[in-house]
Amino acid sequence: MKVTEKDVAYVADLANLELSAQERAGMVRDLNSILDYIERLSELDTSNVEPMAQVSDRYGVDESKQGSERFAYASREDVVEGLRKSLPQDVALANAPDADGTFFRVPKVIER
Amino acid sequence: MQLTQLTIDAARSAVQERKTTALALAEAHYARIQDEDEQIGAFLTLCKERALEQADRIDRMAAEGKPLPPLGGVPVGIKDVMSTRGVRTTAGSKILGHYIPPYDCTAVARMEAAGAMVLGKTNCDEFAMGSSNENSAFRPVHNPRDLSRVPGGSSGGSAAAVAADMAVVALGSDTGGSIRQPASFCGVVGLMPTYGRVSRYGLIAFASSLDHIGPLTKTVKDAAIVLRTIAGRDPMDATSADLPVPDYVAEIVKPVRGLRLGVAKEYFGEGLDGEVRHAVESAIDRLKSLGCEILQVSLPHTPYAIPAYYLIATAEASSNLARYDGVKFGLRVEGDSLDDMYEKTRAAGFGAEVRRRVLIGTYALSAGYYDAYYLKAQRVRTLIARDFAAAFERVDCILTPTAPSAAFAIGEKSDNPIAMYLNDVFTVPANLAGLPAISFPAGLSGDGLPLGLQITGRAFDEETVLRVAAVLEGAASFRHLPSFIAGA
Repeated sequence: MKVTEKDVAYVADLANLELSAQERAGMVRDLNSILDYIERLSELDTSNVEPMAQVSDRYGVDESKQGSERFAYASREDVVEGLRKSLPQDVALANAPDADGTFFRVPKVIER
Repeated sequence: MQLTQLTIDAARSAVQERKTTALALAEAHYARIQDEDEQIGAFLTLCKERALEQADRIDRMAAEGKPLPPLGGVPVGIKDVMSTRGVRTTAGSKILGHYIPPYDCTAVARMEAAGAMVLGKTNCDEFAMGSSNENSAFRPVHNPRDLSRVPGGSSGGSAAAVAADMAVVALGSDTGGSIRQPASFCGVVGLMPTYGRVSRYGLIAFASSLDHIGPLTKTVKDAAIVLRTIAGRDPMDATSADLPVPDYVAEIVKPVRGLRLGVAKEYFGEGLDGEVRHAVESAIDRLKSLGCEILQVSLPHTPYAIPAYYLIATAEASSNLARYDGVKFGLRVEGDSLDDMYEKTRAAGFGAEVRRRVLIGTYALSAGYYDAYYLKAQRVRTLIARDFAAAFERVDCILTPTAPSAAFAIGEKSDNPIAMYLNDVFTVPANLAGLPAISFPAGLSGDGLPLGLQITGRAFDEETVLRVAAVLEGAASFRHLPSFIAGA
């Protein structure tokens, strides 16, 4: 058992997920079986292998540049409403569970 | 003319030549949905007003003798992970049960600009997480060929809609096999294009470095027509490639003689169904008779694809799904504080598999485990991409099964996450490497269930993948129509 109930509670807290005691026990079992399965990756020596976060650098990339400069092909002019008009405020708020016409409303976060 | 059994070209020509109307095509498909979908469950939301508005536009063009666009009058289904302006888009989740997007997904907009009529939104596993469609928060989808079996997932509604003639074409999304595996299970064609070929703007994100949009269709040619429609640079998606889009329809009729096909031994280990193995062998014989060269290749890191995938996909998902917090859109469950509101909202809104994956992903990214899990998986991803790069020095594409077996029974694997994940063993590698891959029907099992084969190609070489699938699909010689249809 790599993962304990305490670990699951910690991770659930990080992920903002409320779990009942019963769900927590089920997740301990599932996470352990999944992590046991994933353990087989340690059979591979990857000490000299670069990590691959995405595959987008197969086209358009300027190989002579470093960092984000390599992806200049994907950049665009920094102008207001350059690609499309912004959503009108009423449209942007239309799906909100609670809004006052100007702002999204949430439970009080600052005590004073 | 059977209005619900047409290919894209047949439907479009029939409308163009005034043998039928776009309106009649839309009505015929809605009637079929009305009759059949209660038992199948392929659609979550219908948008008849929107479809009929488009039908009217197309019928007026035809009446005026104007040439119709490539998808003029073609009824389509859209997987419910693609945003549709003004039409509820749920991602199969309760947390988005009442969400109405304010804009259209680029792929959907391009389909409609090309004349397609969007009938409605198709069912799927919640946030596209699943291989059986049992994770839909609304209802499971039943396989039209055998209602006791799953349609595959996560694009199970899209595959079932096409297989049961409720749509000519459907769009799906594929993060680890979610277009190809359901296509295989339902006996239709499913194409995952190269990463970057099709814009994902407006696609509800699951794992951004692995997500693709692509078509599910009745023929390989239809897949080529749809790909030509939705492919190409979109300024709204920085990961979409600025590369010319070939005329796939013209490409697929070119002969396959001289092509080198790879067969990877790692895809034929234990656990592979004998009938699936036989389907591959038949395809090899056919390709040889057409003048293709068959070569053995090795993709030695294949057994590590699933564990690497489930770390990368869940890590990305845990980040992408952080936005569902009950503030700007979607479900909210009130709480005593902001944190309490977040936790209650997400607990009530997410189903069991989504919560499981968010927890694994959060764990893999958490302090102390990041290097051992997430970074390790990304290094293994490099090894898998290198396997393909080495193979593609010797061959033009690779032939494999799509899934280890035909469609399994509803409930058969729902208690065992690992058994469910292993369904994706042949499809996940192409997502990790960002390569195009197609599944097409290659025959029927002894139980009369469809079996699919997969062709994987070089990055941005959908032409070859489609061309090989096109010469093999005819060899299957079974009609895509499900047997329960009266008079079919």
